[in-house]
This record gives sequence, C-alpha cells and structure tokens, in this order.
Amino acid sequence: MYDLIVVGGGPAGLAAANAAWQKGIKKILILERDRELGGILNQCIHNGFGVKTFGEALSGPEYAYRFEKMLEDTGVEVKTDTMVLDIDDDRTVEAVNPTDGFVRYPAKAVILAMGCRERTRGAISIPGTRPAGVFSAGTAQRYMNIDGFMVGKRVVILGSGDIGLIMARRLTLEGAKVLACVEIMPVSSGLRANIARCLDDFGIPLLLSHTVTEIRGDKRVSGVTVQKVDEHMQPIPGTEQLFDCDTLLLSVGLVPENELTKNADISLDPRTRGAYVYENRETEKEGVFACGNVLHVHDLVDFVSEEATFAGEAAADYILNGERPRDCYRVTTSGGVTYTVPQMIRKDSGMKLVNIYMRVNRRVRKGDIVIRAGETEIARYHKENLAPGEMINTALPSVLMQKAEGHDALEVALEETE
Amino acid sequence: MREMTCLECPRGCQLMIDEGTLEVTGNSCPKGEAFARSEITNPMRVLTTTVVIRSRNEKMLPVRTQDPIPKSSMAAAMNYIKNVRVKAPVEVGDIIVSDLADTGVPLIATKRVSE
Amino acid sequence: MYDVVIIGCGVVGAAAAYELARYDLKVAVLEAENDVATGSSKANSAILHAGYDPRPGSLMAKLNVEGNRLAFEIAHRLNVPVERCGSLVVAFNEKDKEHLQELYRRGIENGVPDLSIISGEQARELEPNLDPGVKGALLAESAGIISPWDYTLAMAEVAVKNGVELFLNTRVTSIEKDEVFHIRSSKGKEFETRYVINAAGVNSDIVAEMVGEREFSVRPVGGEYFLLDKSEGSRVSRVIFQCPNELGKGVLVSRTVHGNLIVGPDAVNSVRNDKGVTAEGLNYVRRTALRSVPSIQFRDNIRNFAGIRANTEFDEFCIGESRSAKGFLNLAGIKSPGLTAAAAIGVYARELLDGMGLELRKKDEFDDTRPVIRFKELPDEEKNRLIKEDPAYGRVICRCETVTEAEIVAALHSVIPASSINGVKRRCSAGMGRCQGGFCSPRVLRIIARELGIDETEVLEEGEGSNVLYSRLKEV
Repeated sequence: MYDLIVVGGGPAGLAAANAAWQKGIKKILILERDRELGGILNQCIHNGFGVKTFGEALSGPEYAYRFEKMLEDTGVEVKTDTMVLDIDDDRTVEAVNPTDGFVRYPAKAVILAMGCRERTRGAISIPGTRPAGVFSAGTAQRYMNIDGFMVGKRVVILGSGDIGLIMARRLTLEGAKVLACVEIMPVSSGLRANIARCLDDFGIPLLLSHTVTEIRGDKRVSGVTVQKVDEHMQPIPGTEQLFDCDTLLLSVGLVPENELTKNADISLDPRTRGAYVYENRETEKEGVFACGNVLHVHDLVDFVSEEATFAGEAAADYILNGERPRDCYRVTTSGGVTYTVPQMIRKDSGMKLVNIYMRVNRRVRKGDIVIRAGETEIARYHKENLAPGEMINTALPSVLMQKAEGHDALEVALEETE
Repeated sequence: MREMTCLECPRGCQLMIDEGTLEVTGNSCPKGEAFARSEITNPMRVLTTTVVIRSRNEKMLPVRTQDPIPKSSMAAAMNYIKNVRVKAPVEVGDIIVSDLADTGVPLIATKRVSE
Repeated sequence: MYDVVIIGCGVVGAAAAYELARYDLKVAVLEAENDVATGSSKANSAILHAGYDPRPGSLMAKLNVEGNRLAFEIAHRLNVPVERCGSLVVAFNEKDKEHLQELYRRGIENGVPDLSIISGEQARELEPNLDPGVKGALLAESAGIISPWDYTLAMAEVAVKNGVELFLNTRVTSIEKDEVFHIRSSKGKEFETRYVINAAGVNSDIVAEMVGEREFSVRPVGGEYFLLDKSEGSRVSRVIFQCPNELGKGVLVSRTVHGNLIVGPDAVNSVRNDKGVTAEGLNYVRRTALRSVPSIQFRDNIRNFAGIRANTEFDEFCIGESRSAKGFLNLAGIKSPGLTAAAAIGVYARELLDGMGLELRKKDEFDDTRPVIRFKELPDEEKNRLIKEDPAYGRVICRCETVTEAEIVAALHSVIPASSINGVKRRCSAGMGRCQGGFCSPRVLRIIARELGIDETEVLEEGEGSNVLYSRLKEV
C-alpha cells in the first residue's frame, strides 16, 4: 500500500511528490505516461522558466531537471511508460505498463497532476477542407523539438497564446516563414514579453480582431482565408485576405485533462474545467488532491510548482493527521474576476497563508483585488497591468479571516482604480 | 522616446527610454533600466534551439546560449548550430560549442541524455 | 483473366466482394485511394435506417429493410461496433404529425418491424433531453448505429482473406470492351475481366460512361456534421430525426457506436470532391439540431466533417446491367439509405450477375470470421495475458481512446493494412478522441514509419500527397 500516488510526472507531479516527501511521507509513487519525467517541459526548450522559483530564466528541460534532481535524493518511486486508466472510490489507482501489466495500486492519498491538452480545430469549428498541415501548436512543437522535423515552410498561426508565440519564433529560427499570427480577440492572451521577443523581434505581424475563416487545400494546406471580426467576433464581409501557406498552427487555448477526475465522480468547475478544491487543493473526494494545469490552466510553471507544493504538503498532512473539518467559506467572484482557485476555504485550514489564484476578464492598468465577507472588507491588494492572459496570485493571511466570522462566503472582486 | 516591453522576467514591464538622455521609466527594478539601454544600442537575446544528437532514445538535444548574444548574431549562430553533431551521454550544462559564432558565449546542453 | 472486377471499395463494393468471395470466382477490387471506405462510406451519419422512408414497392425500400437485417448479422459476426438503439422521428406540429402517419404507413407496407407512433410525453420519457415542444414521434426500434468504415473494412477483409484481390491506389482511367472488358488503371496495370461491377460512388456515372451511354448523372449533395466529445454522448440514446419542412429535411442527433454525439447533416448541392465545411452550413446544422435537443453543448465539439451523397436524378438506386455494355453491372447512385442497404445490394448484385450468365459455384470453405482485439474492452486477466505475450499491449499510445501500441502495430499488418495516420485511426481508434491526435499523432507517425520501413517524412495523414511532415530539421 502506498501512502501517496501522484498521477503525472510533469512539473506539478514532481513538485507535489517532493513536497510530500519533505513533510515525512515515505511511500510515494509517481505514475508517468511518457518514457521520461518532466511532462510538457521536455518540449518547451525555450527559456524563461523559473524566474520566480530559482531566480534564473531556465529552459523547460532545465527546470524539470532541477526537480528531478531533488527527487533523486529521495526515496520517491517512479514508474514511467505507465498509463493510469481509472481511480476507484477507495483511492485505488488502476494503471498499465509493458513490464508490470495491468495493476491496481491502493493508496492513502492521490494527487491528480495530469496537466492539460490543447483545444483543437473542432473546438472552434474552422470552416474549410481537412488537408494535412493543420497542427495544434504543441503538437508541432513536439514534432520539431523532440522528433526533429519541420512541420512546414510557410505558416500562419491562429491564436496568440504563449505556445503559438513561442512556435512563431522557433519556426522562424529554423527557416520557415511565419506569415502572421492571427488573434480573434482585441488583445493577445499571451505574455507581453513573448509578443515582443517572438513576434516583434522577427517582424511577424500580429493581427488582432482577426480570425481564420476558411482552410483551403486538398491533400496539404494550400492557403487560409483571414477576416477581420466585429465586436461580436463575427467575420466582417469584404475583409478577406488570402494567405498562401502550407501550414496552419492552432494556439487556441488549453483544457485541463480531467477524464480520470470525471470518472472518479469528482465534480468540475465549469469556469476552470478543473475540480472544485479547498484551500489545500483537496477535491470534494476525501484524500484526492489536484494541482497544476489539471486544476486550472496556469500561465507560468512557477505557479504550477507553487500550487503543487501546497497540494503535496496538504496530502502529507492528510496522511499523517487525517481529514480536516470541511466547514468552509465558499469563494464567490464579482467585478470581472472570472474564477478563483480554491473555490472553498476551510474555516480551520491550519495554513498561515491561503493562496488564491484568479483571472480577470479584461485589461486593467491599475486595480485592487478586494476580498469581502458581506459588507466587511477582509483584505485589499493593489495590482497593476492586469490582463486576462495573466494569472493573479494573492496570499491571504488566515488570521484576517477571523473578520469573516458569521459569514459563509468570501467575495473576491476587482475594482479599477484608474 | 522609445517604448518597449522588458524581457527580463515574465512581468513584462512597459519601458520608455529617452534616446538622448538614456533615461528609463516604467521599470520596476534595475534590470529593466539596463535592459532598455542595451535594447537601443545592442539588443541581446538568449538563443534556444536544438542540435542533432546520437543516442538510443533521443534524436535532438535542446541547447541554449549560456548568456544573451547580440540579436544580430542569431542567424550566424543558427547556421553554425545546424552542422553540430553531438554524441550522448550529455549532462545538463555541458558545453556543446565553446564560442558560438564569435560571440564569446558558449552553447550549453539543457537536458541530460543518456547513451 | 478475372471473372469479376469491382470498381470502388466503399461499403457497396466491399459488400459485393464479401458476397462474391463465397463463390469459386476470380475477383478483383480496384480502389482509387490508398484505403477502403474513403468516400461517402467514411463520412455519413453512421445510421442503420429502419426503412420507413423509401417509397413502398421501390427497390430502395426492399434493400433498405433487408440490408438493415443483414447489417446487424454481419456486424455481430465480424466484430464491427453496432447497436440496435432505435430511432425517433419527432413532430413539432400537426403537419409533422401527419407526416409521421405517412411514414408509419410506408413503414408497415415496406415490412419494417417494431414501428409505433408515440406521444410527446412518451417520447420524452424515452429521451428526457428532447425539446418540450415535441408533440409526438415515430418510434422505429429496428434502427441502429454502426461504425461505417469498420463495417466496410470488415467485409473487404473477409473478402480478401477468401481470395479476392484488392488493388489500392488503382484509379480506373479507361475501359474497353470486346469479348471481355479491358480496364486500364492509373498504375498502368491492365485488368481483363468477364464482368464488371461499378461501385464507384460519386464517380459511378463517370465510370459508367467509359463503356456506354449516359443512363444517370451523379448530382453530389454535401452534408456537414459535428462530432461531439463523449461527454455529450449520453444526450440521447436513440437516433433523433426531424420531419422535413419548408426549411429543409431537418438534421439528426445521434450517439455513435464509439460513444460520441453526431449532429447533422445539412443538404447542399456540391461538387464531387468537395469535402469542406462552411460557416453557414454548420450554423444551420447547429440551429436546427437545437430544435430537437436544446441542451447540446456545441463547445464540446471535437471535429467537423462533410460527406458527399451520390444522389442522381432518380428517386431510386441505379442498379442494373448497363444498357449499352452487357456484363457491366451498375451499383450506382447509392445515396441514403445506402449504408444500411449495402449488404443487401451485395447479395442482389450476385443474383443479378447470376441472371447475366455468371456461373456461380459455392466454395467448399469460406472463412467468415474477423477476430479483433480491443484492449480496453477486455477483462483484467485477459489484459495481463496479452501484455505478457506482447508488452506492446501495456503501452497506451492514444490516451483519449486507450489504444495500445500493439493494436496500432496490428492495424499496420492486418489483412488490409493501414498506410496512413487516418488509416490507423479508422482501424483502431487512435486519434479519434477528444484531443484529435494532438498527443498521439507524433507517436503513431513514428510507429507507422518503423513498421512500414519508411522515413517519417513519408508518412501520410490520409491520401497520396498528404505528408504530415515537411522535412528533417538541421538537414545538411
């Protein structure tokens, strides 16, 4: 019997397992479906990871390596090439791999760290034909950085999410011509720094409020039609531009990969498409925790590691001390805060600080994140340069929550100050 | 005045620099000031890419320049890297090219690859 | 010299081959593309119709009802995913209800079993997600759902196992007739044969004209679809049709045998090779489907596709011997319900050939089986036994559909091996799930290259020229 099974050996799983080990949990197993640990970081060969955690701008593989090194000094057991197929009610994890076969591993606690997947052409129903040459940006990234292939020579990128921006630079460096990065929203969802160093550096145009309205080509993509959109995101007739390209990359969003979670009857928040969790990232199922991109899509891996550390420590606490009373404040949102994680904060969490991650629905130059219980203000955080693409992190001291006594909800609101 | 996004950290501050006085505004830390000055004289970037590796499991080895190199040297650097062939094993931080395209900056491995 | 050459390996060509394989004949099937079922047989509603639609007394009515029965029989025997889930035609008003009566009357006359008209309440009891505005429905319990490409593949595989020769990438370019037929193909290879079956789908009129006068013209009608994630698959349990009205013939909502939800098609005049979808078409389908089932979550769409129906100027299949070329049998204009009718068309084709003078003698042995291993459906002990035998059964490549490396390898070495990413997908479902191959296609591509002994850059997504990759990086 394992104390803790961590499903997924990417950045979240690695940090969670390490944190649990540091808290004294000794029988830990990581199950990873790929041949190696590190998850998606292995194909993210660009730098910029770990500025917050290590004070250095590491590449993805280097960032993963730092955590793998930490694990090497522990007794955490790892099984790679292993797919988890199901998680039973009693926290038994069903998995399969070529050497052990189909096995059931019972565990005292489980941490879900399966990451996310990319939205596809289907999710946005792009009209046109179905030729080869349409890739999600992450798939193209894997083909290039792991497998060593060029996916095309003349490329249009739909969506200005970070992976799309990073791929614009990567393709250009390897000799492809990136004709444009097309974004349906009036603002990019990618980090500002990535727009500067991936598009501006190479003179790649960013077409905001534009979208791809037709894919052309019989065998292989032969071109795409791009149109300007109105404020309802509907294509404006007469604004058609035809791009002569052989490849279309899609960077149109990420979706937490929660099929195991759903099968385990853990309910999902429709806003995050991840599980509802308490302040310690425990789901509504006792002893099952979630962290990283499976819980909500993060923009920085540093936050993934941070969140996974909470989850790992909380799982350790659960294994050693049992379940904490579930009497909690529900977290509600208003004023343009689109979601929070956690969605529930225990009245007696045992944590000094409760980290609340959130996103907002618009760009705000200067604003305050205000936490209230009824009319009572609990805390106020001043923030600058808020954007939908950039996660906001606040650390709420638990002592302040005494002010919320008598209430059963905490409201998290955005107030613009400029 | 020139406007730019700081690339020193994910925060991405919007910097303004007076090209005459070299006075920088909009930065939240000293790194931003230095960045803006370098950006108008000799913009520097860390180059990340891959080189071909011979090993049992991997075909490509991810690499980066240890420090930023001039943007103007990028093309020459990529051209050189195209011909580099490495044999596993390789450790993170191993120097793959000691002076990349006359920049004086080494190219280092960013992944451990076993034989 | 062949006895029979079948042109086209869609579901009709495959069904004819499957039927003729039981007889002592030398049979070839010529397929223009690099796989079977690449035309209408691949992109359709995947429905086995009960048979109340066609005009009573028509050949279409007879073949539909008989084909429905045969399809379940064959699918069960050959391990093809199939389910007799039943269908409902829903009525929103009095005019629709009259239409139900007409369909019911036709169905009874056509010999459709288990047909009844039920009230709106009864319909909602069966299908709780139906719109409250549904006033009544025609329930046809004999309707079902099937995997159309697996059905085609299964019949073609059994035919090949029993001696039928299948030639892929072999497009017919001309046919000459003296005492026998001389068929020339894109590969330069010539085929001599006594009889020809034209099962060329949307191109069947072009093929027919190679030997004689124009007896029918294909007027392709396109249909666009949504395929939604399995999370939407339980929205309905039966096939939900609508009554035709002044806006069109309505769209259907159905579960697929793989557990997804399929919604479509519209009906727009098209050209033969146009498989594109349009914003207008999709909007129409979305809007119209929501009339039947208002709760469908279109944000969980995973794929859109378009199919072509081989309609002609006739309200009937164009089946029969060519007027100008004796020995040339047209199985043409096979529009809806062609998938359902296919197996019966195959049998009927054999009867017609018999009447046309082909000597038919049953083979002593006919292997009518098709074992398929679907790892995820097996009990635990069986899973472990397989992994011990072949560790590749323990390596899951497609995580959305739980498809193992061994199943992909099997698809690449089967009776009719896959030769492309989509060919693998059709055979073992790898890449068919919610991520649409985002994770597994690079892995599948590597396995294809390894197993077929080709370079990765030569791996195709679908047909010739659809190479997935452009070149190697850092080529010197």
